Amino acid sequence: MNGPTLFGLCAAALVGFGLYGLIVNPQPLRKIIGFNIIGSGVFLLFGAIARRGAAVGMGGDPVPQALLITGIVVAFSATALAVALLLRLFDEGGLVTLASEAPPTKTTADPPDA
Amino acid sequence: MTLALAVDIGLTLLILAMAAWTIAVRDTFASVIGFVTYGLLLTLVWVRLAAPDVALTEAAMGGGLTGALLIGAAARLRSTESASRTERPSVLTRTLAAVLSAAVTAALAICVLNLPDPAPTLAPAAAAQLGSTGVGNPVTAVLLAYRAMDTLLEAIVVLLALVGVWSLAHDRAWGGYPQLRSHADPDGILAYFARVMAPVGIIVGIYIFWIGADFPGGKFQGATILAAMWLLVIGAGLAHLPPVSQTWLRVLLVAGPLVFIVIGFAGLVTAEAVFAYPNGYAKPLILAIEIALMPTLVLALALLVAGAPQRMPPQ
Repeated sequence: MNGPTLFGLCAAALVGFGLYGLIVNPQPLRKIIGFNIIGSGVFLLFGAIARRGAAVGMGGDPVPQALLITGIVVAFSATALAVALLLRLFDEGGLVTLASEAPPTKTTADPPDA
Repeated sequence: MTLALAVDIGLTLLILAMAAWTIAVRDTFASVIGFVTYGLLLTLVWVRLAAPDVALTEAAMGGGLTGALLIGAAARLRSTESASRTERPSVLTRTLAAVLSAAVTAALAICVLNLPDPAPTLAPAAAAQLGSTGVGNPVTAVLLAYRAMDTLLEAIVVLLALVGVWSLAHDRAWGGYPQLRSHADPDGILAYFARVMAPVGIIVGIYIFWIGADFPGGKFQGATILAAMWLLVIGAGLAHLPPVSQTWLRVLLVAGPLVFIVIGFAGLVTAEAVFAYPNGYAKPLILAIEIALMPTLVLALALLVAGAPQRMPPQ
């Protein structure tokens, strides 16, 4: 076991953690965080592969490293757009939910189905 | 087991624990703080993977700006916290999600363990042409010479995201001021900190930008630091964000990609290919693109954190 392999396995676990959070956490902001953890796992996997490509005195393959910088900036932009959408949803109704029906409130006491 | 491997294993365990906590903790604000910590730990991994350019980007962007963005959002959404707790998915959903996630992780782990050996690499190809680009940092050479098209598209993606964010403004705030809450006392500790920190941060940001030609650093990292300093000064109540309808703002935002496109297509005439630089002029042209992109990136990144316009434009 060497460093790149270890961090590659760590990246695989992070993608799994992020995916679980994305599915299970009901709040949209938590889903955005989960999505970002998946993204960082993918980046880390790519970074481990870049490290394996070390040659001619370079610590890693510079091509994937440059693409990683591009990827991190794009991920930030997408996160900012997602957060702006979420805050606009909150401004509209004061509620932030992805549930198909509105969550039960105290005032609406529907009679139970027979 | 070597000492380096022990450090790597410790770092991996810390990161996995932090990620698990960020996903599992009940309070969203705590989760955001967990995510920022996680981003800073990842920075150390990038250093261990011999990718200092990526480490700087991750620290500035993954931990810094994303953290500021998420903290702001979590604070505004606090009142929705208790309502959404009732939406917890069923045991069946959670079990299926766990099985699916474990399967994805296992598949990726099998891929990691079966990567080809020796690893394919473009490092010799990047090193062979480094002299003709005039820059010493191979990552910068990839970003602005070998794969300049990617970098152009990335700058445009940042701008498109900003257009998307601005489009979410209410009709009444169209073209107005992005709200960035500042409850800071103008004589308080935050204002003092911003006065002391901002000049230092601006020097560091410009240094990181300038040094990027030959050493780890570059325009994205430098621009992120400058954007953070601007937000710090605004958050401390020492300055205000401009309304997004300002002409100078829009000109600066478009100038960077425009200069990039013009220089890129000029290569068709001067060097027989789009995004090719004529012999001997690579370094000055790369510098011109970077200097034009800097204001675009600083403004776009800071305004992405500031969000959609919330208040009336000036009449």
